Amino acid sequence: MNQYPAWKYLLIVLVLFFGALYALPNLFGEDPALQVTSARGFAIPLTLEATVDEALMAENIDFKNNERAGNRLLYRFYSTEEQLRASGVIKSALGEQYVVALNLAHATPTWLRALGGKPMTLGLDLQGGVHFLMQVDMETARGQQLDRYVDDLRAALRQERVRYVSVRREGNGLLALLRTTEDRDKALELIRNDQSLQGLIIDQVESGEYAGISATVQEQQLLELQQTALKQNITTLRNRVNEIGVAEPVIQQQGADRVVVQLPGVQDTVEAKKIIGATATLEYRAVDEANDSFTAAQSGRIPPESRLYTDDNGQPVLLKKRLIVSGDQLIGASSGFDQQTGQPQVSVTLDGVGAKRMLDFTRDNVGNRMAVVYIEQKPGGRKTEEVISVAVVREPFGKRFQTTGLDSMSEASQLALLLRAGALAAPMEIVEERTVGPSLGADNVAQGFKSVMIGFILVLIFMALYYRVFGLVADMALFANLVLLVAMLSMLGATLTMPGIAGIVLTVGMAVDANVLIFERIREELRNGNTPQASIRAGYDKAFSTIADANITTLIAAFVLFLFGTGPIKGFAVTLSLGILTSMFTAIMGTRSVINLIYGGKKRVKKLAI
Amino acid sequence: MRFLNKKTQIDFMGKRLIAFVLSGILIVSSIVILATVDLNYGLDFTGGTLIEVSFPTAPEISEVRSNLTTAGLDNAVVQTFGAATDIVVRIPPLEESNSEVSTIVLQALQQGVEGEVVMRRVEFVGPQVGEELTEQGILAVVYALIGIFLYVMIRFQWRFSVGAVTALVHDILITMGILAVVQVEFDLTVIAALLAVIGYSLNDTIVLFDRIRENFPRLRKASPIEVVNTSVNETLSRTLMTSMTTLLVLIALFVFGGEIIHAFAFTLIIGVLVGTYSSIYVASTTLLELGVSKFDLLAVEKEGAVLDQNP
Repeated sequence: MNQYPAWKYLLIVLVLFFGALYALPNLFGEDPALQVTSARGFAIPLTLEATVDEALMAENIDFKNNERAGNRLLYRFYSTEEQLRASGVIKSALGEQYVVALNLAHATPTWLRALGGKPMTLGLDLQGGVHFLMQVDMETARGQQLDRYVDDLRAALRQERVRYVSVRREGNGLLALLRTTEDRDKALELIRNDQSLQGLIIDQVESGEYAGISATVQEQQLLELQQTALKQNITTLRNRVNEIGVAEPVIQQQGADRVVVQLPGVQDTVEAKKIIGATATLEYRAVDEANDSFTAAQSGRIPPESRLYTDDNGQPVLLKKRLIVSGDQLIGASSGFDQQTGQPQVSVTLDGVGAKRMLDFTRDNVGNRMAVVYIEQKPGGRKTEEVISVAVVREPFGKRFQTTGLDSMSEASQLALLLRAGALAAPMEIVEERTVGPSLGADNVAQGFKSVMIGFILVLIFMALYYRVFGLVADMALFANLVLLVAMLSMLGATLTMPGIAGIVLTVGMAVDANVLIFERIREELRNGNTPQASIRAGYDKAFSTIADANITTLIAAFVLFLFGTGPIKGFAVTLSLGILTSMFTAIMGTRSVINLIYGGKKRVKKLAI
Repeated sequence: MRFLNKKTQIDFMGKRLIAFVLSGILIVSSIVILATVDLNYGLDFTGGTLIEVSFPTAPEISEVRSNLTTAGLDNAVVQTFGAATDIVVRIPPLEESNSEVSTIVLQALQQGVEGEVVMRRVEFVGPQVGEELTEQGILAVVYALIGIFLYVMIRFQWRFSVGAVTALVHDILITMGILAVVQVEFDLTVIAALLAVIGYSLNDTIVLFDRIRENFPRLRKASPIEVVNTSVNETLSRTLMTSMTTLLVLIALFVFGGEIIHAFAFTLIIGVLVGTYSSIYVASTTLLELGVSKFDLLAVEKEGAVLDQNP
């Protein structure tokens, strides 16, 4: 007699029930949808829904339903055309403050979603989209940090009226030269006490007739700086991606100096790359009115307080080294047209510190000229700096003003976007890109699904022919295994990729191995002249340690794959390991319970259909 | 239905000299091939840019090439991919502006074509990333082998570890040799496939080892060769059956899974074939050559005693 206690049956039924329940969301497919979020990350006001509904109604666009989830508003549509039309309508109704992103929302019924049911996320190779791996240029970030120290030290010395010969960057540190040792002592005192000059390792050096201070940045400080730069870059990237309007983007740190950016559904990679990788920012500087820029350019004699720039016509412009306001003091920017000239312009709003500095400068410099420098940081520390406009200050201003001199409206709107999203703390370089177009994604889904189904059905037929009743029981277990695997992948929020599908296919092929082992054992026991009941028992018992050993070693290989693999390979490792685990349950406990139900109750079984 | 009707009594170990020579020839030629003919390394390892596009009608490859040359990309490799309308362009790593190459290529391809050239896929791997991926790939295989060696040593005995790992190295070398001959593109998915081959072949080997472990105390009078022979025969129908089902799904994957998964499926098919052979001959022959005997396993004779109490 082979019988399972009632609790085992109950356990199997429960596992299968919940497996089926959580695998279910994958059957419902997806609706074309639109996602509305605030461009600045605020909550969506309650009135917004009515505004959108009205706008859609006015254009006769029908939608399936809408829902509010956290900081976003989601509209589901019946067709892609309606979705696209609605996108335009909503955008024009809500304006620049809100971002409308095209999205595919899963059509899982509400009751199932309430239970936490959700379908597997499709990887970029299946739904199309862009994957970038970006590396932060830490060399440049360090250089920028040193420049900041140099500026701060100069400013501090000036403020305390300590006279210095020069303060400059020297290799990986900075060097300050002073005339006398008394001056140096004052300077050292200053460095010790100044809040912004901490984190330096100070050395006294003699340089000819001058008393010098050489300083390098502490390793700890540099590491912190790298972390901060990376964090700030991630924030900036997130802001920028929000500005483009991408549904469910992934922006994550990877390793010490890399960031992964995944934008599902984005097709225009050129545009995406431009916006994500751009490190454009603005600087406002005073024009050196005391010297002539052409003579300076020709003679090469540049006054120490100034620097030579070129404008967009290639003409030299002499600007003061001292910065009035830089891009990081900017809190708002929007593009538009100048009302008088019709030229594209960017309206800029400054933060408190920036506004005060701008006001101080403009008050003292009415009638003088101010220049806007457009800076683009290229990977590897190269930098392009261009003066985009020089204008006379007509009256003092502070918080809000306009910048003109841009070539086109699209340049203006891109600059505004970049200024709004913030500058990158350090330039970044794309070191890996994987883009999958929508047509290839759809092909991959279709082919992946087809190959799983065909492989699956072939194995089912083969098993049924070979092991008859036992084969059919194994087929049931295989089906249950597939359901459980899909349920676990859905619940874990795992992303299904093409290699992941390959993992599922392989699992199907290998999951029957446990049953083959058991059934061959039973056949062997029968051949040795044992009774059917005893053979079933011995078959299951003896095969168990073999199955466990074989599966654990495969798990080791899968685990290593997971540790070392990146992206898609991880997906393969996850499906393979989960498949092994679920197959142990279905192929051993699952089949045993059914076999017990069929044969276990009977006192005398003459023959097994195996 | 049965492949093997009666209990088989094939003298596998009697032919182990032939197998030894065969494996030797295969391994040596694989090493020679791998040393002389380079594997067809994919983008993941070489770095560079790959762009797959779909034309409205089948384009002239020579025309596509000349368009790319005009755009300044004279070292681009152009091939059809699956259908005649699908083109793959490969560009080796460049000194700078790598990430902008794809834009230039897409513009160049659109030239002189009526209708839209659809971008199917762009892959760009920087040289540095390529190096890291290579390193990780090799490390993954090595660590997997070490982990398996240790597990088998704990569960069985060191001779079994050596046997299992020898069989795995045998499988990987020969599979890679065949990949080099056929010039299948060697990318990350192939590494994944190789690790799956390790898992699969090991599965087979462990099943056989398990039976050998069980048979040593049972067949007390038999010589080690006889024990191994009996064990191979007893597990033979299972070995064939599992290889069959796995091959069935792999062939389905190969035929219906699309271009992207081709190399992966091909590697696994080769690996399963080689792996099935190696677990019969390589793992057990090594075991015998190392002088395995019943005394090696006496300590674990009672294996499974606890499990027998399961209902």
